[in-house]
Amino acid sequence: MTAVAIASPFSFSFMVNALRAGTIVAVLAGALGWFMVLRRQTFVGHTLSLVGFPGAAGATLLGISPVVGYFAFCTGAAALVSALPTGGSARGFTEESAVVGSVQSLLLASGFLFVSLYAGNLGGLSSLLFGSFLGITARQVLALLAVALPAVVLLAALGRPLLFASVDPQVAGAAGVPVRAVSVAFPLLVLPPAAAQALTLRPAAGLLLSVGIGVGATWAGLLLAYYLPYPTGAFITTLSFAVYVIARIVRSIRHRRS
Amino acid sequence: MNDPVVVAEDLETVLGGRRIWSGVSFAIAPRSFTVVLGPNGVGKSTLLKAILGLQPLSGGTLRVLGAAAGADRRRIGYVPQRGAFDESVRVRGLDVVRLGLDGTRWGVPLPGRARREERARIDEVVRLVEAEGYASRSIGKLSGGEQQRLIIAQALVRDPPLLLLDEPLDSLDLSAQASMAALVQRICRERGVAVVMVAHDVNPILPYLDEVIYLAGGTAVSGSPEAVITSETLSALYGTDVEVLRAADGRLVVVGQPEAPAFHTDRHHR
Repeated sequence: MTAVAIASPFSFSFMVNALRAGTIVAVLAGALGWFMVLRRQTFVGHTLSLVGFPGAAGATLLGISPVVGYFAFCTGAAALVSALPTGGSARGFTEESAVVGSVQSLLLASGFLFVSLYAGNLGGLSSLLFGSFLGITARQVLALLAVALPAVVLLAALGRPLLFASVDPQVAGAAGVPVRAVSVAFPLLVLPPAAAQALTLRPAAGLLLSVGIGVGATWAGLLLAYYLPYPTGAFITTLSFAVYVIARIVRSIRHRRS
Repeated sequence: MNDPVVVAEDLETVLGGRRIWSGVSFAIAPRSFTVVLGPNGVGKSTLLKAILGLQPLSGGTLRVLGAAAGADRRRIGYVPQRGAFDESVRVRGLDVVRLGLDGTRWGVPLPGRARREERARIDEVVRLVEAEGYASRSIGKLSGGEQQRLIIAQALVRDPPLLLLDEPLDSLDLSAQASMAALVQRICRERGVAVVMVAHDVNPILPYLDEVIYLAGGTAVSGSPEAVITSETLSALYGTDVEVLRAADGRLVVVGQPEAPAFHTDRHHR
């Protein structure tokens, strides 16, 4: 018997930082995403997660920090999508997906334009497009925390008016909720909340469950990727998707029983 | 306590450059059940929005609950005309009712005595609308009538003295319409709420009504159903010969009213 010595994943700072960053993103995405699925805005979420790419490429082209580009483009795209009229009718049909799709293709195209204008070696197109988990520095974890913490606090403060505006915009508006004002890593943003909504009808329990599934899938995915030679994102997405599929099965079994 | 809940004198409103109605006067007594009738596009929903203070008036005076319209919207329960909840909305009926109580509050709800009292109020209105059997199911899975009852419970949970309902009978079948009208009358009497309801057809609600506001021809008449829904009154209102017939089963049929406009404007704007 020879013991194969594999160092503990927690002894490497890149692994610790990845776990820290993953946890922060999973908590934020789980909570935000629960509302996104309720409001049927998952396509907007996907678009905003892609918009980082032209932002970072454009910033690199201008010789400034890609982080500035990420924030500028994501904020700009969010403002653009909520400013464009979507023709919502009392019956609930909107053109939102058409508007979002147009914004998405415009921004993706400009991202590729920036990359080709830069002409030099732009540090891996795929890491700009999809991000990479295992090169995160301690400073980046802090930056992430600085963004995520206020976002979670804001979401907690807005929670009930946002739920009201999502479920019943007309009545919420008449009751004095500023409906327009409260309206603003893709697999984490959609799959855990969708699974949580399949499992429970209670808003509070759903939010907690969504965060829990997100954190769990991120930790399990990172640890699996540490021991197995495949990309982290694939594990996290597959695990989240598996939970979603199980949740749908549980829901349909419950439905058949009742 | 017997002052009218709403007093309207000579109201006039303009929407998109078009005068919707003018010379509209009526008073709504506490605990009364009033229905707003009239053809499509005549401005029935607009009248409810004016009472809420969401539709500006170009003339007349409108006092609601002893103040100018819109001064205290939290004391008015409002159910707009709306499509059914989509099946994919996975939130319990109880949570939708709770939004009427705390949906405008910021921050995270904390457990405690206040929360238990809220829970008791929610259970009470759910019992009032007879929705105990399905209030903890997903709202999107319920029938139109069941959803409508929970939405009315949401509007009542703050105990408002005035409840405005915009076509709550739309898309319900006839027996559901009659039981909804009976429920609304019970709400008026038991809870002391004045209800103003927009409706398309007076017949399912006729046995439960106190007052009618009939909008047509750019103005309105109001009074008891017997006084308003007559050949003479409606002919004068429409400005053309209209006949009100009473069928053998007591239903009223209005014959000869001018064709309804092709557009139903109040369905298309928010």
